[in-house]
Amino acid sequence: MTMQRDTKERLDVAKIRLDFPALAQEVHGHALVYLDNAATAQKPQCVIDTLNRYYSLENANIHRGIHYLSQQATDAYDEAREKIARFLGAREAREIIFVRGTTEAVNLVAQSYGRPSFRPGDEILITAMEHHSNIVPWQMLAEQTGARVVIAPIDDRGELIWSEFEKRLGKKTKIVSLAHISNALGTINPVTKIIQAAHALGVPVLVDGAQSAPHIRVNVQEMDCDFFAFSGHKLYGPTGIGALYGKAALLEAMPPYQSGGDMISAVTFEKTVYNKIPFKFEAGTPHIAGVIGLGAAVDYVSRLGLEAIAQYEHELLEYGTKKLEAIDGLRFIGTAREKSAILSFVLASAHPHDIGTILDQEGVAIRAGHHCAMPVMERFGVPATARASFAFYNTKEEIDALVRGIYKVKEIFQ
Amino acid sequence: MSEINELYQEMILDHTKSPRNYKALPTSNRRMEGYNPLCGDRYTVYLDLADDVIRDISFQGSGCAISKSSASMMTQAVKGKTTEEARRLFQEFHKMITGVTEYNKNLIGKLTVFQGVSEFPVRVKCATLGWHTLAAALTGNEKTVSTE
Repeated sequence: MTMQRDTKERLDVAKIRLDFPALAQEVHGHALVYLDNAATAQKPQCVIDTLNRYYSLENANIHRGIHYLSQQATDAYDEAREKIARFLGAREAREIIFVRGTTEAVNLVAQSYGRPSFRPGDEILITAMEHHSNIVPWQMLAEQTGARVVIAPIDDRGELIWSEFEKRLGKKTKIVSLAHISNALGTINPVTKIIQAAHALGVPVLVDGAQSAPHIRVNVQEMDCDFFAFSGHKLYGPTGIGALYGKAALLEAMPPYQSGGDMISAVTFEKTVYNKIPFKFEAGTPHIAGVIGLGAAVDYVSRLGLEAIAQYEHELLEYGTKKLEAIDGLRFIGTAREKSAILSFVLASAHPHDIGTILDQEGVAIRAGHHCAMPVMERFGVPATARASFAFYNTKEEIDALVRGIYKVKEIFQ
Repeated sequence: MSEINELYQEMILDHTKSPRNYKALPTSNRRMEGYNPLCGDRYTVYLDLADDVIRDISFQGSGCAISKSSASMMTQAVKGKTTEEARRLFQEFHKMITGVTEYNKNLIGKLTVFQGVSEFPVRVKCATLGWHTLAAALTGNEKTVSTE
């Protein structure tokens, strides 16, 4: 109880909710209870205002205009890169590459880091809890190079089986790529330990931070990952923008991913000299508004503080776990000891899709499906799950609404 | 009746809990798998087809209440019908659940319990998965039919 009061003092959730206009609406005659944050998060007014201001007053192309607006836009764009570098604890801003999202970041690493050097028989080590976006780019790379995708299995809790992971990490491993937090299970992977083990063998590690960057403090230098990817839209920022962090030495050695303007320093028809990082990887006019909006989102969550966010969301997880496990016939999919605020579950009496429809009629938005992690569903022998995923603006009252909704499902399907 | 009760009517829930013709069919000469990759629903429809008449039909698989009950009631509705009659019924059924006002209520019969689906556009694919699978089985394409 003391814990709850402490947190309430630090994170004023009632006040925070006022920053998010989307949360104030009604859906099907009920106050919206938005519990689909692992899919995408709602946006604070400051992010919306930043986008609005950019398009209303500051719009110009960057890194080329000599006029006032172009300089303003360039400054704002470069400043956002600095903010994101600080947010992730990167050494330098040039280690931040703007991409459309986590998916593009993984594709960039696969194609630019992997494709030129991976050979037949080389191994790409991932885990059995990956999102499709951290499976398919590696399968494509494997097809292109003759390398093999190796899967480290997970146990019934949804935790990586350490001994099995170690067994698969070896001389043939050319890269390890894994989720920091599983989107389908909520499992927090022991990334530091994994990175240490991989580095002992000289293997670089890509951390998929789509579900971690918005919810726990990330420091890429402490973690010592070689690549870290995240999406802006899950971090309360705009859609279509995200970032890839890479150690400068690695990025410098990698060839460009796409080609065009801005990624070159000199072009003749005989030869093109590529620009330095990060520009080498940012061909064409980038998502300027998105980058500046993401900078605003990063400012916003940094103001709240990732420690305070993580602590409050952990309380929501504990409360939700307690409330939901008391429901007869409910089974959690994903019960890792280190977990993010994601509750994936199935009911004995109703299919996740039916749960989703009925909850929606009660104003409760959850995700029902395979969460782009079909191998995870197969591992647990379910075709789909219902998933409630929390953010710092959610409340215990909203979890109570979720629970009432689940009882309504049970009543219909009794 | 609220929209949700309109959707999950008694008859639909009954067919979800005890689907009819829910078995493999030893006498089948057509078999088709239907799959909705978005929600993971998967059914196999078995047909005993002779002289353009559905002599027998059954199905197996897993999915949500709407897809399972719809496939179940479909097997009852088309048994003994010609392939043309079955296709016609699917057309009318499709009109009804997508909210087209002009559809043949006489043909629809008991399937009218699915009318509530028209208020839930994202569930149309659930209600038609069995039907799409049947249509593909009637055409005789030996591939899994997908809603996507």
